[in-house]
Amino acid sequence: MSGVRVLVGTRKGAFVLTSDGRRGDWTVEGPHFGGWEIYHLAGSPADPNRIYASQSGGWFGQLIQRSDDGGKTWNTVGNDFAYAGDVGDHLWYDGTPRPWEFKRIWHIEPSHDDPDTVYAGAEDAALYRSTDGGQKWTELTGLRTHPTGASWQPGAGGLCLHTIILDPAHQGRIYTAISAAGAFRSDDGGDSWLPINKGLRSGEIPDQDAEVGHCVHHITQHPSRPDTLFMQKHWDVMRSDDAGATWREVSGNLPSDFGFPIAVHAHEPETIYVVPIKSDSEHYPPEGKLRVYRSRTGGDEWEPLTTGLPQANCYVNVLRDAMAVDTLDPCGIYFGTSGGQVYHSADGGDTWAPIVRDLPPVLSVEAQVLP
Amino acid sequence: MIRVVLPAHLKTLAHVTGEVAIEVTGDGPVTQRRVLDAIEARYPMLLGTIRDRHSGKRRPFVRFYACEEDLSNESPDAPLPERVTRGEEPFIVLGAMAGG
Repeated sequence: MSGVRVLVGTRKGAFVLTSDGRRGDWTVEGPHFGGWEIYHLAGSPADPNRIYASQSGGWFGQLIQRSDDGGKTWNTVGNDFAYAGDVGDHLWYDGTPRPWEFKRIWHIEPSHDDPDTVYAGAEDAALYRSTDGGQKWTELTGLRTHPTGASWQPGAGGLCLHTIILDPAHQGRIYTAISAAGAFRSDDGGDSWLPINKGLRSGEIPDQDAEVGHCVHHITQHPSRPDTLFMQKHWDVMRSDDAGATWREVSGNLPSDFGFPIAVHAHEPETIYVVPIKSDSEHYPPEGKLRVYRSRTGGDEWEPLTTGLPQANCYVNVLRDAMAVDTLDPCGIYFGTSGGQVYHSADGGDTWAPIVRDLPPVLSVEAQVLP
Repeated sequence: MIRVVLPAHLKTLAHVTGEVAIEVTGDGPVTQRRVLDAIEARYPMLLGTIRDRHSGKRRPFVRFYACEEDLSNESPDAPLPERVTRGEEPFIVLGAMAGG
């Protein structure tokens, strides 16, 4: 029977949760890299036992760890994330120029077909690629040096490149998202980039039609509908059906216009999931009820999923990389909270249960299906 | 041999326990830079964890102590105390206290 491995990055280490295909009984293993912030772990679709982890901390900087045995053992690989060429400036919060400065890797995206090829998204925003299993990283400079780059300003969490989608259907097409610059698309493997923010409405910027400056929180895509993208942004849930060229709002009846993660069902490309959070400063669920909202219509019409989730006195947050799906049937959904709980549903979201309750604050969740 | 004490997180990364003994080869005085060069050569997983990989500057929350002195802000090319170069006292790398 197939198994599932859930990779959990937290403020104080990484955890590996495993179960068989029934997803009823779970083993919790960790912490790996105890005491370090693990912003993200990601397994290679081409080799599930190849896992990359972003390990960072305020004292000792950024490391990348690699496992070749499914997370049992780890070794450091390269951590030389240099900005290439004339580094230049972006805008700081106060509107003054500020030199680009590397802080950490937020997101790791292994390629679909080569375990040694992997992308990494950095704060301050830059995209890196390694083709040797993470030993050497090369910046794809076309993104950071886009003509709008000098005008990018950080979001509250930093000027982070947090989303990377490697399009499975169009060779060389990559989507990225940066807080708070917006979404970008490359059609040439990352050499050149196009801002794709038309139709986004961001409440607190003066020009609603601005090419950049939109607070995109996360983007997801179903592999069978590569031109359809779903976005959770600071204001509203959006969808695009033309590879990001235009966006329209699909927030519908959601109880807030804010949230971080968004995920799409593994087998139903019009079924999507979000976790509404109160904006702007509260960052906890409305009414103290932890509800995943599901739309089976690609947005606009949403239903709250509450069975098994706390419906009183719950004030946790769910961060942008902290929700994932598996590809089993029925589809499994997973998310982790700032309170250290990792919840899962083995029935597409109808019912939920905690896998583990008391981890450090969860930064990221990824799910792998094992043969 | 130069005795070096690493902080717990870096010992874990380097897969060592206790003090590390480092040989600093070549002519000239034993300096902070040469000791760190030798540490990073033997333990390449520590590259970037003690000092910036490009500027060579000490990371902000890392400190260097030896012989009951804080050497963090000394020139990286200043000679280390003789008791360190003779192996009588360790060169201590530590993560600074940062609390509130």
